[in-house]
Amino acid sequence: MKYVIIGNSTAAVGCIEGIRSVDNKGEIAVISSEQHHTYSRPLISYLLQGKTDLERMKYRDNNFYEKNACTLLLSQTATKINSSVRSVQLSEGEAVPYDRLLIATGSVPLIPPTPGQGTVKKQFTFLSLDDADALKKATGPDSRVLIIGAGLIGLKCAEGLHGRVKSIKVVDMADRILPSILDPEGSTLVQRHLEKEGILFYLSDTVSEYSGNTAALKSGVEIGFDVLVTAVGVRPNVSLAQNAGIEIRRGILTDSTGRTNLDGIYAAGDCCESHDISSDENRVLALLPNAYLQGECAGVNMAGGEKVFDNAIPMNAIGFWGLHIQSAGTYTGDVYRENTKQEYKLLYTKDGVLKGFIRIGKELSATGIYTALIRNRTPLDSIDFELICKKPQFMAFAAEKRREMFGITPGEEEGYLL
Amino acid sequence: MKKIKKSDTGHEELFCNTAPSGKYSKAVRTKRVYVDEKWCLGCRLCEYHCAHANSSEKDMVRALKDRTIRPRIHIESDEHISFAVSCRHCDEPICVKSCIAGAISKLNGIVRIDKNKCVGCLTCVLVCPYAAIAPSEDGPMQKCELCTQSRTGTPACVMGCPNQAILFEEVTG
Amino acid sequence: MGIHYLYPDYEVLRNFDRCIACRVCERQCANDVHEYSVDIKKMAADDTKCVNCHRCVALCPTRALKIVKTDHAFKENSNWSAETIQEIYRQADTGGVLLSSMGNPRPLPVYWDKMLIGASQVTNPPIDPLREPMETKTYLGQKSTKIRRDKNGKILCDCAPQLELATPILFSAMSYGSISYNAHESLARAAQALGIYYNTGEGGLHSDFYQYGSNTIVQVASGRFGVHKDYLNAGAAIEIKMGQGAKPGIGGHLPGAKIVGDVSMTRMIPEGSDAISPAPHHDIYSIEDLRQLVLSLKKATNHQKPVSVKIAAVHNVAAIASGIARSGADIIVIDGFRGGTGAAPTRIRDTVGIPIELALAAVDQRLRDEGIRNNVSLVVGGSIRNSADALKAILLGADAVYIATSALLALGCHLCRSCHSGKCNWGIATQRPELAKRLNPNTGYQRLCNLVHAWTHEIKEMMGGMGVGSIEAARGNRLMLRGIGLTDKELEILGIRHAGE
Repeated sequence: MKYVIIGNSTAAVGCIEGIRSVDNKGEIAVISSEQHHTYSRPLISYLLQGKTDLERMKYRDNNFYEKNACTLLLSQTATKINSSVRSVQLSEGEAVPYDRLLIATGSVPLIPPTPGQGTVKKQFTFLSLDDADALKKATGPDSRVLIIGAGLIGLKCAEGLHGRVKSIKVVDMADRILPSILDPEGSTLVQRHLEKEGILFYLSDTVSEYSGNTAALKSGVEIGFDVLVTAVGVRPNVSLAQNAGIEIRRGILTDSTGRTNLDGIYAAGDCCESHDISSDENRVLALLPNAYLQGECAGVNMAGGEKVFDNAIPMNAIGFWGLHIQSAGTYTGDVYRENTKQEYKLLYTKDGVLKGFIRIGKELSATGIYTALIRNRTPLDSIDFELICKKPQFMAFAAEKRREMFGITPGEEEGYLL
Repeated sequence: MKKIKKSDTGHEELFCNTAPSGKYSKAVRTKRVYVDEKWCLGCRLCEYHCAHANSSEKDMVRALKDRTIRPRIHIESDEHISFAVSCRHCDEPICVKSCIAGAISKLNGIVRIDKNKCVGCLTCVLVCPYAAIAPSEDGPMQKCELCTQSRTGTPACVMGCPNQAILFEEVTG
Repeated sequence: MGIHYLYPDYEVLRNFDRCIACRVCERQCANDVHEYSVDIKKMAADDTKCVNCHRCVALCPTRALKIVKTDHAFKENSNWSAETIQEIYRQADTGGVLLSSMGNPRPLPVYWDKMLIGASQVTNPPIDPLREPMETKTYLGQKSTKIRRDKNGKILCDCAPQLELATPILFSAMSYGSISYNAHESLARAAQALGIYYNTGEGGLHSDFYQYGSNTIVQVASGRFGVHKDYLNAGAAIEIKMGQGAKPGIGGHLPGAKIVGDVSMTRMIPEGSDAISPAPHHDIYSIEDLRQLVLSLKKATNHQKPVSVKIAAVHNVAAIASGIARSGADIIVIDGFRGGTGAAPTRIRDTVGIPIELALAAVDQRLRDEGIRNNVSLVVGGSIRNSADALKAILLGADAVYIATSALLALGCHLCRSCHSGKCNWGIATQRPELAKRLNPNTGYQRLCNLVHAWTHEIKEMMGGMGVGSIEAARGNRLMLRGIGLTDKELEILGIRHAGE
């Protein structure tokens, strides 16, 4: 059995581990357009900060490919998928045959066309290790940095550069920062925290025109900068799939086993869509945990095993200078709101289940209990909801539930050994 | 094997103690820490013994005096009920799959955190349904590793419980 | 304060160098002695509430606590001790009867400690218990006086019903209500594992423990709590409680506050009502009445079970025992004045009754003199503190011994003697669920088994040393005892010689 994986990030690693859990004989080939050992994408901002290094940010050990008997083809780009003959065309000309193929091409950055963008000398995106390296080299203590996009990537980039550059200004057309995961009030909380560190925000604004080292905003403000980072968002990298005749919408369409509409071809990670059970919609959920779980699921199925991944939800854990933000699910239904010195919390409930939550605080613990409530669609009348609102705690569950989770349940006593 | 439980809504419950899907999965049956709520007194000796075992000091006084402890086993209690919770070392650990740094792995049946790789993003805290992971005193995340790395070598909470409420057993299906 | 002030007897000493403020002492003290002061980040203790139960000391992980007797003193007075003075203060305050728990603590003679056990050497070789048969098994019940044979010469073994004991030690009566469910479970499971018996006491038998019935002695006391047909048939034997060593002549009293839930159901009385056992059984006013009850109980259980009668050791115990031995009872239990109790008036506990050693010797001798020793087995209790006490009792004439305080100590009791408060910190003498939890029967029954195993092993060693191969051969073997520091009269009553003779 020949397995081919296009991509070398989280979904690809999940796929390799999924395959090897079922089949330890088949050949696996990994095609990566980058030149690096698999690394954790989200860690590039920590690399900028100095909180990690190239060695530590490797997503798996150095002997990972060897241990899993994978052939790694670095710096190779897949240009075409010939589904009828089951082979992948590489940019250098080679054709790689496959019995099972995984497309894990991830995302590509969105760069909205702006007049005068061509005049900007030092402009970067912030998605890959090479991006981070280039950005690091281009910035210094005198650099004035302009970041377009106050979302997850833009703000993480700001945190990464902070302290090593002269100034950081962030522009976003939304009326608040982190618009995809926070409500207005929570967003303001975080914004104040970032502003304390000297980050300047220009919200409900966009760049109308660039000219060299100046950006003219729609509001009339003019910003002088030395380095530009465009971080307005990403879109799934679907061109390869689309050209092969695979059904796409915003991302590659897959079922809960990772299969696309073409036989033998699977997809996982940021490049595809999954079913968000909290909103009951199909969407792109570009998050590392989902990428791994999708990849692993696809891998098991590719190797002839049986697995489904059918409880995907959006979720985020991100922090800036000691302030942590944790969120999951969809913000719909009734809201429980709490704002204390320790924590800002919103819990969304609808149809008797927890649909989503937002937590902002310096010390957040046990959040996984809330996440599990969403993913398991736990009926809220089976727990002490009032207690759960105060704090995620197991005291809110029934004793039988706790025994199941932490104790030796009666059915198991027969079998146990001391 | 402990069955995958179907909740009332018919969906699989994500409690991770499910059988691994493949025959080559490295599911090693190990001893785990189990708590019997019936005998837990909420005295919290388990927390202090855990903190001591995971410190570098042999003497408990030197290890813990004037310190706020960060144990890897936690007691929840009210006037009537108390119980301890700690990592289940799941067969399909969601923390391992979610860690953005690849810092959590499973070896010989035990889920372990590589403190060098952890960047403190708290994704594991976000996903663990057992609330087993929390920050250590010096920053990186920590969780129960069944005292394989601690001074005692065998779970200190089990040894320190005065009422045999915590057991260290291997449970077969 | 003022005229009401009683300086606490005990002081809590905390070594602050070792204290890590883990607050386990605070969480585990049922009397709220310890408290953490958040502002100064230090533990503090209120000595006035301490009952010296050692719970905090035993649980402190850094050995930072100890309890000491206060050195606050009255002027020295050989007649008016501090304790005697304070008892008057308390009675002047309350007008009430002083109550105490557990056994008589007064410095009266302990005769076990004045008796020595013999050993064999040279002329009579000792026995090696590891290599030669050493029998600790014994039977309680009426023994036949004559051997009868059938027409073929085979011995007829139609004895009266017997209790078989793997070792001559039983767990004495402690009622459910005075001690907790978990304590009873520990005793029941241990009795079963050891092949001995435990006694329900006068609180009835909880339905969960009927499964241990073949190792249970059910008690019928003057209040007849929990007594019904199934109860009588559930046990292996029935014991009529005529008296108790700690409080001869009076009945029992369990306050209404302890009569809750299962305790109320098991005793068959309403919740909250005081459980008062009257002093006499109101249907037993003569020895003939006792005989009638013995026979009724045998009838109710189809003559399948031995019936035992328990009396307190008092001045004319020998005569009483003689009467009981003729009443049809199979076993006589004598409880000495050191016996424990959940609660008894202090004066009665401390001054009424006689030592079990003397009572046992007197009863055994009287029954032998009257030729009726075989009518009954004798079981004694009232402070059997170790295997040597047990063996000495057997040598004086007992068939077996009852232990209670020793059993509770094995379960974690620290003899703080506050049982009557119902706040036993070790989960033994309490009905509060959060306290009773502290006695995990899995641990409890294991410790009881360990204790009895240890004693049995020691008994075997001592018997081996004497050159005696079985409990039967040790029973009443007074030649193996010598007194030391005893008067002629004491020696005479005990029926033993002085060391050197």
